[in-house]
Amino acid sequence: MRRSPEGSVPRRSWLGRVRLYLLFLVALFIAWEGLKFIGGDPWRYFGLEWRPPLRIWFASDLDLPHTWDIVDALVGPWRRSADQSLFVYLVIKALFTWRGAAIGFALGGLLGIALAAAFVHWQLLERAFVPYVVASQTIPIVALAPMIVFFFGNNLMSVVVITTYLTFFPVTIAMIRGLRSPDPRALELMRSYAASRRTILWKLRLPASLPYLFTALKITATASVVGAIIGEGPGAIQEGLGWAIIEFNQQYITGPAKLWGAILVAAMLGITFYLLVRLAELRVLRGRPQASAG
Amino acid sequence: MTDKSVVSLSGVDKAFSLPDGSAMTALSGIGLEIDRGEFVSLIGPSGCGKSTLLRLIGDLTQPTAGSVMVNGKPAPQARLARDYGMVFQAPVLFDWRTVEENVRLPLELLGQERSAREARVTEMLKLVELSDFRRHHPYQLSGGMQQRVAIARALAFSPSILLMDEPFGALDEMTRERMNSEVLRIWQQTGITIVFVTHSIPEAVFLSSRVVVMSSRPGRITRVVEIELPQPRDLETRESRRYFEMVTEVREALRGEGRRDESVASLERAEAEGLLG
Repeated sequence: MRRSPEGSVPRRSWLGRVRLYLLFLVALFIAWEGLKFIGGDPWRYFGLEWRPPLRIWFASDLDLPHTWDIVDALVGPWRRSADQSLFVYLVIKALFTWRGAAIGFALGGLLGIALAAAFVHWQLLERAFVPYVVASQTIPIVALAPMIVFFFGNNLMSVVVITTYLTFFPVTIAMIRGLRSPDPRALELMRSYAASRRTILWKLRLPASLPYLFTALKITATASVVGAIIGEGPGAIQEGLGWAIIEFNQQYITGPAKLWGAILVAAMLGITFYLLVRLAELRVLRGRPQASAG
Repeated sequence: MTDKSVVSLSGVDKAFSLPDGSAMTALSGIGLEIDRGEFVSLIGPSGCGKSTLLRLIGDLTQPTAGSVMVNGKPAPQARLARDYGMVFQAPVLFDWRTVEENVRLPLELLGQERSAREARVTEMLKLVELSDFRRHHPYQLSGGMQQRVAIARALAFSPSILLMDEPFGALDEMTRERMNSEVLRIWQQTGITIVFVTHSIPEAVFLSSRVVVMSSRPGRITRVVEIELPQPRDLETRESRRYFEMVTEVREALRGEGRRDESVASLERAEAEGLLG
């Protein structure tokens, strides 16, 4: 990569990036519909019929609805004779889900940072507790979620606990690494200033760990959405995407496009959350040599 | 220990314990007095403990035996009183801070008032001639410029002693010579005491008022060479006859040839006097 005279790495322009993403979407569309064209159910449009030469088992209209049927379902009413379109219905549910995800994301992040800071400062704690932190992540969330709902009730609290549980671990591990990342000589420098451990944490360890933190937060942004959706299931919380997915899953035979629409909106939620974290990262790490990567 | 002395070491030993349980003696029987305003270089082969000696003075490591006094206080107290400025071989700048924010770091720890802080940062950047780069980030600067930022940072809170551990070891020869002149200028402007670790003989001779020659296994001081070169020193100094004589003297002290030279000289004297064949 060439460096400009100021030493910053030239970035691809926004327009170029958008064009790249659009190109990818077009390619996905062509692959999707192409698959259905050669191996799906017969196409019947404008009185014409096309019978695909092959039968590909996952390209049927039930397994892989036409993209325009999904769009059609999204702009249509979410159920017979409803005023609200499916898209608006799902976006409202997504916002509810996002609330649980975001609270869990924030709490998980804070818990992860606090645990890592404790572990870095007291090695005894690290040796005693890190095995349990790791063990906690070996329990499948689908097994744990009903128990959490049983303890905390059918409410947002359960969702928050589940997403916190899913998000604190990557942050803890990344932050242990990040808080230990300063050059030993940087620590000696602080020592020569007679800096306290707290000052060293604030002025050196935390700023040095931020790239590590954001790497973990980008992972947990998407994981927290998944956690919130899973968490809504056992609690039968009806306001969120989790419920919509269960609902449309049950109606799949009669309207597969609705479930695909819900999946699409869930994916958009995850991507939006990721992009928000990425934007925050660019802002916070501005001016650092590694900020333009990732 | 005299009134003038800033650093006073006596009977200092330093041993490191090795993983197999044995101990390695890094320094043995070190005694050294450094006066206020002196520029003292520590020179010796790799592993002679010159960096360890510097770190002992700065209380970054503690002696196994003996005493390390700085400004009349034990080294740990001097460190807590913020008597030291440190410059390492790498600049060790914080890459999330701009040049001025890096220089400001020690002042923030002192809890200085904002306006006083800014004035001091401006003054320090002027001293190292980086005023035009105050809003740059470290990675946008060359190695020599980064090291100048590190020097400005070390001097920011007016320490009474500047400890430099091979600060120009990673720089090319041209930059290094320029940095040498720069450090001498700063030394003269500020009147600070400097202890400087290097393994470059020309650098030690050019910079120092005294060169402490060390040998290894165990690390000890073999000779202290007074550098009798007039101040201020410049390019002409590097080309003077006296400079080459001093370089030779330090080189021979490093090789431990001082004594052999004496025996050769006495042999020659004996020859001249016709005592031999």
